[in-house]
Amino acid sequence: MFDLKDLYQEVIVDHNRSPRNFGKMENPDRVAEGFNPLCGDRLHLYLKLDNDKISDLSFDGSGCAISVASASLMTDALKGKSLTDAEKVFNEFHHLVTENKPNDPDEVERLGKLAALLGVKDYPARVKCATLCWHTLHSALEGETTPVSTE
Amino acid sequence: MEEYGKLLNAKTRIVAIVHISNALGTINPVKKIIDMAHAHNAVVLVDGAQAVAHTPVDVQALDCDFYVFSGHKLFGPTGTGVLYGKQSLLEQMPPYQGGGDMIKMVTFKKTTYNDLPHKFEAGTPHIAGFIGLGAAIDYVTKTGLENISAWESDLLHYATEAAGNIQELKLIGTAKHKASILSYTLDGIHPHDIGTILDHEGIAIRAGHHCAMPVMEHFKIPATARASFSFYNTRAEVDRLVLGINKCLEIFR
Repeated sequence: MFDLKDLYQEVIVDHNRSPRNFGKMENPDRVAEGFNPLCGDRLHLYLKLDNDKISDLSFDGSGCAISVASASLMTDALKGKSLTDAEKVFNEFHHLVTENKPNDPDEVERLGKLAALLGVKDYPARVKCATLCWHTLHSALEGETTPVSTE
Repeated sequence: MEEYGKLLNAKTRIVAIVHISNALGTINPVKKIIDMAHAHNAVVLVDGAQAVAHTPVDVQALDCDFYVFSGHKLFGPTGTGVLYGKQSLLEQMPPYQGGGDMIKMVTFKKTTYNDLPHKFEAGTPHIAGFIGLGAAIDYVTKTGLENISAWESDLLHYATEAAGNIQELKLIGTAKHKASILSYTLDGIHPHDIGTILDHEGIAIRAGHHCAMPVMEHFKIPATARASFSFYNTRAEVDRLVLGINKCLEIFR
C-alpha cells in the first residue's frame, strides 16, 4: 500500500498553503495558459526574459495541492535559469514523473526540491496535476497561444 | 419557482429539467414545474438519471411529456438508457436514425416507418445490455424504492449531522427536499486532494465540478467532494467517511 505521506509531503503541503511567485505579472514577455477542463485546474504562467535567461516568472490560478505546489516549486527552480537549462529541467522532470519503473536515485537527486513531486507516480490519475504547469511553461517558451491541457 | 414562472411565456416550447440535482441533491418540485409549463403549452422533459435509483417515479402522475434516465445509475450496465415519451408526441416525431426495423414498408415511391417504439430503435439493439437493465430494474423493484428511499434518508440525516460537527466542512446543497448525497468543501483543501486521500482510506467519492460548472460558479468554488449514499451503504461507513475527512484535515494542517 502506498503511503499518503509520500504524496502529500511537507514540501507539497507548504507550497500549496503559501505558493511562491504567486500572482499576475505586470508587462510579462510571455504568458501561457494551462487548463485541465475535466478537473478544473487552471493556471496562467508569466515570464520575463532577459535575452536567453528567465529573469522572472510567476503564476496564478486555482487547482489542487499537487498542481499548485508543482507550479510553485517550478517557478522557484527556474528563476534565473537559461532557456536551455529550463528545457533540460523540464525534460528531466517529465521523464522521472512519467517513467514506468523505479527512478534512478542519482537522477532524483539532481532534481533537488522538485523531487518532492515524484510521489504522484504511485497515483497515475494525479500525474497530470503535477505536469500541467510544466507543459504550460513549454508552451510559453514555444510562444504558443492555445491553452495547454494534460488530460 | 418564482423566477422559473417568469421564464415561461407564449414562446416557451420545451422545458428540460433535472428531477434531482447531481451536484446538490436537491429534489426539484417537478410536478409543479410540469403543470406550470403545461399552462403555457410547453412540453416538459425530465432528466431522471439521479432519481430512478432513489425514489419511486410515476410518469403518468407527474404528467411529464418525456422522462429519461441512464441504466448504469440504476445498477444496470453502462451504455443503456431509457426514453419515455407520451405516445401522441412520439408519433408526431420523425425517426432520428435509419436502420433495420425502423421501417414498415419501402418502395421506390414511398417509405412507411414502423410503429412505436421500433421507429426509434434502428439496427441491432444492445440486447445483452438491456436484458441486464431489465434485471437491474427487477432487482430495485423487488428491493422496493420506498425501502431504498427510507434507508438512504436515514443515512443522509446521520451523515448531515456528523458533517455539521466538522468545523472546516461546508455543505454545498442544503435543500429541504434532498436526495442522499453529501456535497461539500473543506477549508483550504481542494476536492481532488480529498478524493485521493479518501480513496486511500477505501472510500470512493466523486470530486470535481460534476459537469455543473455554472452551479460551482454560483457558489464561487472550483469543485466539491461528493459522497453518494445508496441502500448498500451503512452508518458504519458514514463513520469511516468522517474519519477519512478528519485525515484530510490532519494532512493539510
